[in-house]
Amino acid sequence: MTVLQKKADNPIEHLTSEDIELIGKELDDIRQSVIDTRGESDARYIRKVIDVHRKIELGSRAVLLASGFPPAWVVGTIGLSVAKILENMEIGHNILHGQWDWMRDPKIHSTTWEWDMASPAEQWKHSHNELHHTYTNVVGKDNDLGYGIMRVDEDQPWQPFHLGQPIWSFINACFFEYGIAAYDLELGGVIARKQTGDPEFRARAKAVLRKIGAQVRKDYLIHPLLSGPNFLSTLAANFTANLVRNLWSNSVILCGHFPEGVETFEKKSIDGETRGEWYLRQMLGSANISGSKAMHIMTGNLSHQIEHHLFPDLPSNRYAEIAPKIRDLFDRYGLNYHTAPLPQQVGSAWHKIIRLSLPNGWLDATNRKNLPSQLVKLYKATTGDRRTRRRLQAEWTAAAAAA
Amino acid sequence: MTATVPRPPSARPTLSALRDRAMRLAELVTTPLLPADYLDMVNPLRAGADLRGRVVAVHRETRDAATLVIRPGADWQRHVPGQWVRIGVDVDGVRMWRAYSLTSHLDRPDGCISITVKAIPGGKVSNHLVHRTQPGTLVHLDQATGEFVLPAHAPAKVLFVTAGSGITPVMGILRNHDELADVVVVHSAPTPEDVVFGADLRELAAAGRIRLVEQHTDSAGMLDAAAIAALVPDLAERATWACGPVGMLEALEEHWSAAGIADRLFTERFRPTVVVAGEGGTVTFTKGGTSIEADGATPILDAAEEAGVLMPSGCRMGICYGCVLPLREGAVRDLRNGEVTTAAPGDGVLIQTCISAAAGACDIDH
Repeated sequence: MTVLQKKADNPIEHLTSEDIELIGKELDDIRQSVIDTRGESDARYIRKVIDVHRKIELGSRAVLLASGFPPAWVVGTIGLSVAKILENMEIGHNILHGQWDWMRDPKIHSTTWEWDMASPAEQWKHSHNELHHTYTNVVGKDNDLGYGIMRVDEDQPWQPFHLGQPIWSFINACFFEYGIAAYDLELGGVIARKQTGDPEFRARAKAVLRKIGAQVRKDYLIHPLLSGPNFLSTLAANFTANLVRNLWSNSVILCGHFPEGVETFEKKSIDGETRGEWYLRQMLGSANISGSKAMHIMTGNLSHQIEHHLFPDLPSNRYAEIAPKIRDLFDRYGLNYHTAPLPQQVGSAWHKIIRLSLPNGWLDATNRKNLPSQLVKLYKATTGDRRTRRRLQAEWTAAAAAA
Repeated sequence: MTATVPRPPSARPTLSALRDRAMRLAELVTTPLLPADYLDMVNPLRAGADLRGRVVAVHRETRDAATLVIRPGADWQRHVPGQWVRIGVDVDGVRMWRAYSLTSHLDRPDGCISITVKAIPGGKVSNHLVHRTQPGTLVHLDQATGEFVLPAHAPAKVLFVTAGSGITPVMGILRNHDELADVVVVHSAPTPEDVVFGADLRELAAAGRIRLVEQHTDSAGMLDAAAIAALVPDLAERATWACGPVGMLEALEEHWSAAGIADRLFTERFRPTVVVAGEGGTVTFTKGGTSIEADGATPILDAAEEAGVLMPSGCRMGICYGCVLPLREGAVRDLRNGEVTTAAPGDGVLIQTCISAAAGACDIDH
């Protein structure tokens, strides 16, 4: 992948600026059609999901009080994992987007909601709603692209440390909520700029630590204590449920913007961007997951990532309904509606993580026969100086082009 | 669902202090939710919960008025007859708050309260309450409030002047003050069938509890202050409570002042909640005290920043909800689709300032 503007076969070359504005107009109309019919049944939906989540969570935690009994451990852990996933995805993420603000219910509102997540709602809303959703897939502006720790684009020069990318991506996936919290805090940048003494940063860090403290105390102290002799097995169950939730949400989020074929954009391309152009960027910068209704709910309807990115504040239960209209729009304007089943999208995203952990062209230029020599070259590129790397890079680029 | 939602004050302080401590302990397990979030699933009307009520019956009064009998939550504090209560109902999924007079007997054996609502044309909430509310519905409540009540020592002679739904607080008073010996009620409504509590009033009149003057305005026209004075010759000896349209109240106030008995007139104004949306208006930031003139095409966020108000902001295109502020009162227009959002006092509707322009005078809590 490379930023759209530098591509040889630019996928939007055939669109005139009038086309783009017409797309924008159609999308505005689709948005309006949902707003005009938003009402009681939608309100019933989110209240139902919240109710179901609370019952599953409470039930699972009750079952886990007997977690020393293996079947109880299994049932409780599965239940708690499902509850935590529902709470983060379909409930928390979407409420914090303001999707349900129109109900004017102070208990289901983006300004009052707090979730089972290391990052406090307030900080997450800033980095996610404001930065990621506004600057979606703009390299250098949307930090969700690789969360600032990954090489996400061929245009970023390869460095030897990128070889570790698959490993730390996996670690990040396991402890995703803490990764997000650190990322919302801009921890990496703050440390690099030696600004950890900044009182504003300190206040935010304190809020994160307080939040983490409350979550950890619940899952790893109070609930295990309440389980009496089953302290350790309940602790293990809660750890497992958090792990499952983290891996799941990380996978869903990888699917949204990271599979092969999802476009990225140059920083200067968004100068003076019109509403139509903004819509177009969302269309090309997101990917969907196809699947059952249960899959959509468990992904918080981020399986409709394209629809979500076009209309982040429409109620999630309505994305499925507008998806065919959006797809039709893509077809009519000759654009690629990126959708595939979860395993395929996850696989594609991980393939990209691995590919970009290696120098450009290395994977393409490697086959079973030349593997040993390629590995030797990779070792040289890793341990050698910049000149060696440049020479080998040129070699790989040429070989990949020939392959 | 979080601690930012205010709790109603409790009637029993020691008990509630104990309860609060238990809740804080339970919160260690429920965080980030509150124990209340779980308790609400079981008993939303319990002590310590946000104040709510459950509609137990809906009685039709006239073709466009109904009385809703509501079982209030445990923390409901006894009201004073004549007071009103703010009630929040979900209309088409949207929480809306309105104030209605309490019309119930204080000592109902079932502990329920009642409000009587007249559906006004185009009124979202009143029509919903009168025509579409089913028993079993959960509603949100505030404690009763209002000054339209009798003094501790009720005066010997009383006059009530009412029109339309203005009879409702008066009915609340009449039902609870049997000791009133000399009462005149002058009530206006379009036709005899439109008189809310018509049967009750006529029964009270027949029993000699009140002297009732019904004015049916469709056939007989409106009463002016002079006509009322003619109907009630001993008006100056009476303490008068009046409730009805603003025009009527102003005419009465003028007449009573001219007669030098303004201190004997008590009025209750029900402000119409229908805000007429226009183009632009004065936007007042109530905490900072700044007022700005905003036109109908400029986002409030831009207009406010231009005027030097420090505003929360985010994407500036209506997607991130980083700029929402409570609109205490007024009307704004969504610049993307022209939709108008209005807020009555106390609503605290949250608006996105980056895509909302003033559509009339606005009070914003900031």
